[in-house]
Amino acid sequence: MTNAAAGETLLAVEEICLRFGGVQALSEVSFDIKRGEIRAIIGPNGAGKTSMLNVINGFYRPNRGVIRFRGQSFTRMRPGFAARNGIARTFQNVALFRGMTTLDNLMTGRTLKMKRGFFWQLLRYGPAMDEEIEHRRAVEEIIDFLEIEAIRRVPVGRLPYGLQKRVELGRALATEPELLLLDEPMTGMNLEEKEDMCRFILEVNAQFGMTIALIEHDMGVVMDLSNRVVVLDYGRKIADDAPAVVKQDPAVIAAYLGVAG
Amino acid sequence: MDLLYLIFVDPFVQMGQAPDLLVQTLWDGLVSGVLYALIALGFVLIYKASGVFNFAQGIMVVFAALTLVGLYAAGIPALPALALTVVIMLALAVAIERLVLRPLLNRPDIVLFMATFGLTYFLIGFGQLLFGGETKQMITRQLHLPQGAIDLHILDGLVTLQKIDIAAAVIASVMVASLAFVFQYTRIGRALRAVADSHRAALSVGISLNQIWVIVWFAAGVVALATGIMWGARSEVSFALEVVALKALPVLILGGFTSIPGAIVGGLIIGLSEKLFELYWGPLIGGGTEAWFAYVVALIVLLFRPHGLFGEVIIERI
Amino acid sequence: MLYREVGQYHASYRTDTAIFPIRQDRVGMLVILAVAFIIVPVFGNSFLLDVVAIPFLIYALATIGLNLLTGYTGLLSLGTGGLMGIGAYTCYKLATWFPGVDIIVWILAGGVTAAAIGALFGVPSLRIKGFYLLVATLAAQFFLQWAFERVPWLYNNNVSGDIEVPTRTLLGLPVTGPNATPATRYEVTLCIVVVLTVLASHLVHSRVGRSWMAVRDMDIAAELIGIPLLPTKLLSFAVSSYISGVAGAMLVFLWYGSAEASVFSIDLSFTILFMTIIGGLGSLLGSFLGAALIHMLPIALRNVLPGIGLDLRPATVEHLNLMIVGALIIFFLVVEPLGLARLWQTIKQKLRVWPFPY
Ligand SMILES: Nc1ncnc2c1ncn2[C@@H]1O[C@H](COP(=O)(O)OP(=O)(O)OP(=O)(O)O)[C@@H](O)[C@H]1O
Ligand SMILES: [Mg+2]
Repeated sequence: MTNAAAGETLLAVEEICLRFGGVQALSEVSFDIKRGEIRAIIGPNGAGKTSMLNVINGFYRPNRGVIRFRGQSFTRMRPGFAARNGIARTFQNVALFRGMTTLDNLMTGRTLKMKRGFFWQLLRYGPAMDEEIEHRRAVEEIIDFLEIEAIRRVPVGRLPYGLQKRVELGRALATEPELLLLDEPMTGMNLEEKEDMCRFILEVNAQFGMTIALIEHDMGVVMDLSNRVVVLDYGRKIADDAPAVVKQDPAVIAAYLGVAG
Repeated sequence: MDLLYLIFVDPFVQMGQAPDLLVQTLWDGLVSGVLYALIALGFVLIYKASGVFNFAQGIMVVFAALTLVGLYAAGIPALPALALTVVIMLALAVAIERLVLRPLLNRPDIVLFMATFGLTYFLIGFGQLLFGGETKQMITRQLHLPQGAIDLHILDGLVTLQKIDIAAAVIASVMVASLAFVFQYTRIGRALRAVADSHRAALSVGISLNQIWVIVWFAAGVVALATGIMWGARSEVSFALEVVALKALPVLILGGFTSIPGAIVGGLIIGLSEKLFELYWGPLIGGGTEAWFAYVVALIVLLFRPHGLFGEVIIERI
Repeated sequence: MLYREVGQYHASYRTDTAIFPIRQDRVGMLVILAVAFIIVPVFGNSFLLDVVAIPFLIYALATIGLNLLTGYTGLLSLGTGGLMGIGAYTCYKLATWFPGVDIIVWILAGGVTAAAIGALFGVPSLRIKGFYLLVATLAAQFFLQWAFERVPWLYNNNVSGDIEVPTRTLLGLPVTGPNATPATRYEVTLCIVVVLTVLASHLVHSRVGRSWMAVRDMDIAAELIGIPLLPTKLLSFAVSSYISGVAGAMLVFLWYGSAEASVFSIDLSFTILFMTIIGGLGSLLGSFLGAALIHMLPIALRNVLPGIGLDLRPATVEHLNLMIVGALIIFFLVVEPLGLARLWQTIKQKLRVWPFPY
């Protein structure tokens, strides 16, 4: 358990509906994320968890509903806006830049923070070089933090899956986000890797005060990490409470066991 | 004002004044549309079953026609030469499957696509090496294809229909109908559709992917041969066709990559519209517009419908 | 033991982010430049300069241009020929209007219109990809070639319909036109190619280049990180087209001496695309290697085959060349998709551990 959810609301979704043809991926889902907390989103396969994250950072456009972020209301978020306002994200099926090295992947995370224009980049001299090095330094700190020094210069396409997930977390951290959305950061990992990943997540939350929304199937992990849990099933919210409470909820148990109702 | 008149009124006045010319142009456009459609058909066949965008389809048309004419010139009578050409197209399909498709299995689409550029150049070089680079006459008469023209006296004027063009339209229709039949009703057809939906699904039905690929590339080769004969009979057999064959690409944008009827409709639209545009609007800007008209139409369509006229919109996932 | 970075430590990020971090690479580069700038023009005859060296450099530059778009940003294009034409015709018009201004200025300016037109045809790239985008670039190619043929103003109403390169001097030395010596044209070509290559390499190692590669590898993730897709793609189109345009102007002014519209046909687009693929997508070094291979293959065939007793007709050599190029494309895509540049990397890796591979 990390710093308790004391902060004010950072982001809230209200009555979000999302449809794909005949599939109702989300129906009237509302919940909020408080500043500084670790918020878990769980639910069976196809419940709409990934879709929810996609709505939050603007990749999907909801059919109805409102997103409130830092007090402002939006009927839809836009990916560029979300990125500029400190929402970063990792993906369920790793979406790294496969042809680029670990270092370059992390450096792309700094794009928004680099201000020197095209002609400076062309010269790669003076202020442009200073800027490049300043950001390189920031990225090296993240590399140290995630313990991936050895694979700095390796094209990420050649890395094992577990490391790719770690690099992807690094890329999100490089943007210095306020809200970090993690889509199943631990799938496909062995126990040791999972423990490392948990440690990173907790540290990011504790040291840098980052707010985290996390999708995870492993209930043990959810229990250990999160302050509050939202449970989705067939696109509906069926529970929203502290992990220990949610675990006892009959509706949640039924959903996971596949019992109708 | 004058310009507006020239663009928006004058062409239609001309159409009204000389309806026979209009009908003649429509007919010519229709016939070249049929040929574009046939090339596009070859694309669609391969794309549907193997997901490969075969840039070399246009060259296969030339290669097939050249082989036929070359074999005849080497002293083989017309019909055996035709049969032999079909066999060579089969050999080509097998070779492509072995040497290009199989080693590139599971690679990104774009890599396979670029490989067909290589195939294009290889076939251009190979065809010319075997049969020489000079232009040749199609053996229309020896293949018992009709020659000559029918003159129709209608609309106070004269409309000339080449018999070979009529034959081309008929053969194209028969070919499309039989392909549709094969796809719909035979075991191979069902297998092909299964592959199009999912490679793994097809495997679980117990069909070898390699066989399927050979079959579709062979089918596309036969379509190419028929196209090459028709095309050659209308003009001549040479690699200059390569550039014309590229027009199948805008046809596919209009018709979609997976639809046989789409290919036909797209081909006819492009054929008709480029002939009409060249005749009535071309002179305003110096003529020769057939070189780019089809592509610009496709570009405009893409601006409004990024997935083509009939393509379905896919919401990307992540 | 010759090629090793052992003992070369980078004490600062500044030296570590240098483009050639290894000393042997830097020395090798200097040697190559010295040979190119001094030895080749002094000892090269006009065959070596005019048939081999100048065209090789110009093709390499055009290949770099396309590589930025296709290799680095992942956008396929068959419009290179048309854009090179834009560069050539722009340079021609400017050189006619302002005969007093240094021709090199106009060669470099030729790329600017190409950049604008390239970016214009790149606008659909936000919404269309892959094969669809290819058709958009084909529209550019065929439309531009048509314009080169049908708009007499572009070629100053010459009866021949050709660009006829006028004589222009630099510091009293003829640089273009019939009086320019191959050695002068070579030096000018080399200077432009070296400068633009250095700038291109700066770009691809910077924020801009990383954004291009990010868009190439996973456009959705790039957008969610804050890389705006359309501006990034348009910038790539513009820079790529600029370089193509300059290469086109050089093709006519520093090599051909005169050119008709058909020079800038789809065949030129294909040639450059093949150089890009064979050299290695996403590699500047590869652009040089690919251009060298494809440009020199037919020259070698013409000169070597008779030497070993095979006396083939020129047409046959041409056909053989097409077959070999086609086969090479497929070969590289199958065996080494990253092209010659990657092969070179592998060789260097072997050298690094030589002579003790364990
Ligand atoms: N782009 C899309 N197009 C069509 N349907 C979609 C799309 N994205 C999601 N869906 C559908 O929406 C529903 C919810 O999917 P989502 O990926 O959000 O589930 P999830 O909770 O993340 O599941 P999992 O645990 O398997 O990751 C599913 O039925 C899915 O098929
Ligand atoms: Mg999911």
